[in-house]
Amino acid sequence: MRYLPLTPDDRSAMLAAVGAASIDDLFVDVPAEARLDGPITGLPNHASELAVERHMAALARQNRAAGDGPFFLGAGAYRHHVPASVDHLIQRGEFLTAYTPYQPEIAQGTLQMLFEFQTQVARLFGTDVANASMYDGSTACWEAIVMARRITKRGKALLSTGLHPHYRSVARTMAKYTGDQLVDGDPTLEAGTDWAVLAAAVDTDTSCVVVQYPDILGRIDDMSALAAACQAAGALLIAVVTEPVALGLIRSPGEMGADIVVGEGQAIGVGLQFGGPYVGLFACKTKYVRQMPGRLCGETVDANGKRGFVLTLSTREQHIRREKATSNICTNAGLCALAFSIHMTLLGEAGLRQLAGINHGRARVAAAELAQVPGVSVVNSGFFNEFTLRLPVDARATVHKLAEKGVLGGVSLGRLYPDNDALANGLVVAVTETATEEDIAAFAAALKEVLA
Amino acid sequence: MTALNPAGWRPEMHGAGGAADTATFTGSRALMLEEPLIFEIGSTATTGVDFDEAAPAADLGALMRRDPIGLPGLSESETVRHYTRLSRQNYAIDLGLFPLGSCTMKHNPRLNEKVARMPGFADVHPLQPQETVQGALAVINELAVWLIELTGMYGVAMSPKAGAHGELCGILCIKAALEARGEDRRVLLVPESAHGTNPATAAFAGFTVEDIPATAEGRVDLAALKARLGPDVAGVMITNPNTCGLFERDMKAISDAVHAVGGYVYCDGANFNAIVGKVRPGDLGIDAMHINLHKTFSTPHGGGGPGSGPVVLSKALAPYGPIPYSARYADGAFKLVEEESAGAEHPDTFGRMTAFHGQMGMFTRALTYILSHGADGLKQVAEDAVLNANYILRSLEDVLDAPFAASGPCMHEALFSDRGLAEGFSTLDIAKGLIDEGYHPMTVYFPLVVHGAMLVEPTETESKAVLDQFVGALRSIALRAKNGDPALKSAPHFAPRARLDETLAARKPVLRWED
Repeated sequence: MRYLPLTPDDRSAMLAAVGAASIDDLFVDVPAEARLDGPITGLPNHASELAVERHMAALARQNRAAGDGPFFLGAGAYRHHVPASVDHLIQRGEFLTAYTPYQPEIAQGTLQMLFEFQTQVARLFGTDVANASMYDGSTACWEAIVMARRITKRGKALLSTGLHPHYRSVARTMAKYTGDQLVDGDPTLEAGTDWAVLAAAVDTDTSCVVVQYPDILGRIDDMSALAAACQAAGALLIAVVTEPVALGLIRSPGEMGADIVVGEGQAIGVGLQFGGPYVGLFACKTKYVRQMPGRLCGETVDANGKRGFVLTLSTREQHIRREKATSNICTNAGLCALAFSIHMTLLGEAGLRQLAGINHGRARVAAAELAQVPGVSVVNSGFFNEFTLRLPVDARATVHKLAEKGVLGGVSLGRLYPDNDALANGLVVAVTETATEEDIAAFAAALKEVLA
Repeated sequence: MTALNPAGWRPEMHGAGGAADTATFTGSRALMLEEPLIFEIGSTATTGVDFDEAAPAADLGALMRRDPIGLPGLSESETVRHYTRLSRQNYAIDLGLFPLGSCTMKHNPRLNEKVARMPGFADVHPLQPQETVQGALAVINELAVWLIELTGMYGVAMSPKAGAHGELCGILCIKAALEARGEDRRVLLVPESAHGTNPATAAFAGFTVEDIPATAEGRVDLAALKARLGPDVAGVMITNPNTCGLFERDMKAISDAVHAVGGYVYCDGANFNAIVGKVRPGDLGIDAMHINLHKTFSTPHGGGGPGSGPVVLSKALAPYGPIPYSARYADGAFKLVEEESAGAEHPDTFGRMTAFHGQMGMFTRALTYILSHGADGLKQVAEDAVLNANYILRSLEDVLDAPFAASGPCMHEALFSDRGLAEGFSTLDIAKGLIDEGYHPMTVYFPLVVHGAMLVEPTETESKAVLDQFVGALRSIALRAKNGDPALKSAPHFAPRARLDETLAARKPVLRWED
């Protein structure tokens, strides 16, 4: 067993040293009737690296990888090219196999990286501060709603209908048990957002308004007026960003007045990974920092006066405050935050702007070509790299037919909103720099065929 | 015991004279390299990525981002060097023993990393048509079956993103089950020795937390627990093996008592590594238990995450588990039970906890690890982990106070206290002394039930030679702390940084770089 260094002789010597006749003596506190005699039956025994790799590779081959052909899925997870050095660097054992930096003298690598990450996220979002990451965008979104309740001492949250339905689902699950009141609903296949409606609805019972930017249909809008309405009512504006690359081209939520900006950082550095692990981004105005959930890294000095970094403001956290903590979160997404930060460092501002511009350009080309398919129209008036098509038929069936033709052609709104027939013909299409002109042409041709 | 330092040489404080005081121009010392921040060395005009095309002109009107963002870039060569230099300021399991109690820092096999990066796993979108992701769904299902078999439970919720998220999942299952029974029970009983996440989770889900008293030998006080049980108690949250490194002998009796009054038993499975393949929590009456794949099943901790916290569930709680999950049908096909199909197949679910299906990248790694060890190897894992911990306990109990050592063997971790150290010397000094000896310290000041706790978990992936050397080092430091060696008070002396001013960091928070 290649991961177990003790030899049979070591085990005998060590048992003798601790005064045990056999290993069973060390399990004496386990009641005999609960102790298993031998290995659990009906399960395979240990296997060689070759055998395990063969088994797992066979399972991997039963998946169609995004890179195998034309690919246009988004809806909260985006496929971007990740430079080779990102994956190399996050596999450095000193990053990969380190623990949470609770002993800062020997964890400055992770801590400095987190300080850099926090600054990158804060600047990208146009906010004052960001934390050291959350599990993912959806859980970060719920934590933001809870944080707004703590700050405003109000329990009603208004969710935009453009919020990702899974994010909304997570909030609904939690609110059911915490007693928070959520006002929410499904989107409609229209070019405009519901933000003006939200601005009119925000009142003095409202803790927060939650909008997504770009939203689930890919729509983008100016949130300045909504931010002003929130401020007037004493409510907080929470902006959710699921495609951070967009912020290389369009204004940041912080700049438009959002109080808390959360998001999914997967698009930068992390990859698709069938949904996880991803990296939740969480940022806000300085005045709210002591109400933030999650780990925070801060600058300080050591006993010799040298600059260094530590985890800080931990009196918000569960290991100190226990049931009075701001959140039960412990683990962050350190390695994914590292991947995000390395990719962002490689891009730099110039690279991010160019990447965003290329994405937008590709998406415009694709939208124009797909709109030429008979019966198909684009719902959005404006978008970044993702838009919604209205098909003449139920998009759920179309997605499967496209897959048969080798095209992964977007996410059907029917899958995301199974109970809403008005959305059944909607297809959300994301187009990143990874989609070639040939891919776009193949998609348009396949769509034309399956709709014919 | 290995004589590490027969000459009796001792680290000295800086300022005591000698070569250690020689300043260098760069601030670096040979292989110990200083590294500035990207904000000090990068520029917003620099990029380390080449594109095949220029960005076409965009017209998004007033939404166009026109002001500077302030994101510095580095060339690829500078980027690789920056992060490589930073990495060298970290301790890691790849460098040596990492005896953090309750954290299970075991070797992270590299086959796991290779498998997780296969394009069929790494480059697959969570919302692809299900016929194109049958292998991914098979991985989730195959791992689920292993977790169920290893724990003797009825079902498993795979989507929780980390341990605390798994706790929340289990507690929401309990809430949903109580709701289905039409009962509004508000109290969760949690021992004082619990991880902080336990009471925080209970509170996050709207429960009131009450302490369970402990016995003098570090276990749940069954009689006191029984006395507190009643119709207002939703359940208990118990860690087993507990954070004192002891198995809760009365676990089955605790479960029976809780069930008898209509409550549920949540088990914190952070310490499952001690009993995997030896005991099945399902046989002890547990209703829900999270499993940290990044502990027991070797997925990397990555400097603080990502974790992964699947929750095994009893028959009583399984109907309420979250969506989505991967189900296998009679024809061998796999299907994701999500919003579209939950109404028919999983109608009592409490709902969704996260956007997608959980930590797939951790599932592939954990399954790879489990298949490598197999049923026989996993049993050996638990046995070696427990043997290694007992070896440390018995090798050091003469120099460090071990409050529960007299009551019998420990499980996977050995607990010591600061009793008997010289006046003014504390657990912190021992921890920082270990850094100079080339080790990551043990968990300190946890659990709270022991004064100046030091919780040492060696795991099964350490050899006897490594343990002997560690014992020698810790023995030497313990003696220095008992004898009041002043140099220990300012340790570490040889780390990239000396003790950091955490008070300053909290009093005047600097949480981002300012140009």
